[in-house]
Amino acid sequence: MSKKYLSQRISLPLTLLFGFLLIGSVVAAEADPWLRPDFAPAPPENQLTPERVHLGMLLFFDPRLSKKMSMSCASCHNPSLGWSDGLPTAVGFDMHTLARATPTIVNTSFSPIQMWDGRKSTLEDQATGPIEAAGEMNLPLPELIERLKSIPGYASKFEAAYPGMGITAVTVARGLASFERTVLSTESPFDRWRKGDQKAVSASAKHGFELFQDKAKCAVCHMGYNFTDNGFHNIGLKTEGEPDVGRYAQRPLKSMHGAFKTPTLRDIGLTAPYMRNGSYKTLMEVVEHYDRGGDDKTNLDLNMVPLSLTASEKTDLVAFLESLTGVPADVRLPALPH
Amino acid sequence: MTPRSFSAIRLGLMGLVLAISMPAFAGDQTVGQAKKAFTVGVLKAKVGDTVTFRNDDEFAHNVFSLSDSQSFDLGSYKKGETRNVKLTAPGTIEVECAIHPEMKMKIEVTK
Repeated sequence: MSKKYLSQRISLPLTLLFGFLLIGSVVAAEADPWLRPDFAPAPPENQLTPERVHLGMLLFFDPRLSKKMSMSCASCHNPSLGWSDGLPTAVGFDMHTLARATPTIVNTSFSPIQMWDGRKSTLEDQATGPIEAAGEMNLPLPELIERLKSIPGYASKFEAAYPGMGITAVTVARGLASFERTVLSTESPFDRWRKGDQKAVSASAKHGFELFQDKAKCAVCHMGYNFTDNGFHNIGLKTEGEPDVGRYAQRPLKSMHGAFKTPTLRDIGLTAPYMRNGSYKTLMEVVEHYDRGGDDKTNLDLNMVPLSLTASEKTDLVAFLESLTGVPADVRLPALPH
Repeated sequence: MTPRSFSAIRLGLMGLVLAISMPAFAGDQTVGQAKKAFTVGVLKAKVGDTVTFRNDDEFAHNVFSLSDSQSFDLGSYKKGETRNVKLTAPGTIEVECAIHPEMKMKIEVTK
């Protein structure tokens, strides 16, 4: 056997082997279901541009988008409070307390369905909802558009973002959605661990992640890089007064009565109190709720069962949940147009 | 191997090939629910057929339709369980899982 032939015999399989290993490692790195993509998806008609994001940021922080010019989107989705408000339930127009907690908008751009009850499908659909909702910013869209047109500084911003489209409900919604697509979770200790840094999280948190997927069954709903199945579940929260029907208002089906969308767990350390009615102040209280298998058993989701977690296991779960919080990105408030 | 046992195996194999190659018998169609998706995107069926939905996931699913031609709510059910619906009218039925709205499929029902 010649040296050349032998070399070919060896080099071809080796090349193939290394090729497969290389491809395999790339695929494995891309396929980690627990690491979020670098960018949020955007529809073809509203691809991200710096001008669109800038316009959206101006609108997001502008209190003139509310009836009494007293509250902006950021009043409830406050970047200093994990893009939520730190309250059990939101406070809307004229300081009226609303029935549901303000959900964080971190990573909401990855969700195919918006709001606690899923009544909006896209960010563009959702964006103007709170502006015109009577209980929230309470500003009818025609009035909003006239008001924005009366602010000279906005004209050039809209033109730069959406040339020739003018100031309309559509461009307002697209601008706000563009900004929201940039509100993403930052790298957390959990992410660094998944990328190979074994010291990024504690042994307790690592065990907590095992429990999260196995005994505690959390990943049945809180699955994937955004820790949500984008689904609807009745998790048996205690409620006072008139029960909130949740998703049932959109889908009048028995299993949807009292069901709400699974929220992300990203940056969860920044968004207390927890649950759609803000009923728990700490993550340990949340874990205790699931350990009991919920409280109100009426129309309870079939996935909700008592877990029999030990005290140590609960502590580990909390350690894991805390590892999902990154250092918040600095947000520089914009000077608003005049 | 005896000639008799060889014949039995041959007959069995022929039966298996026939079973695989024959179209699904009317009234006996099954759609799985796995990895948070229906295993069939569009199902063609006849009025009078029964469609069985089988949950192959580790978590609960639901099946419902609010379509004009036929609406139903088969409720929620756990892994390994099935739910059936008999098709009563021609038309296109849009089927979803209420728990996971991304799960959608269609049944095209003809007479």
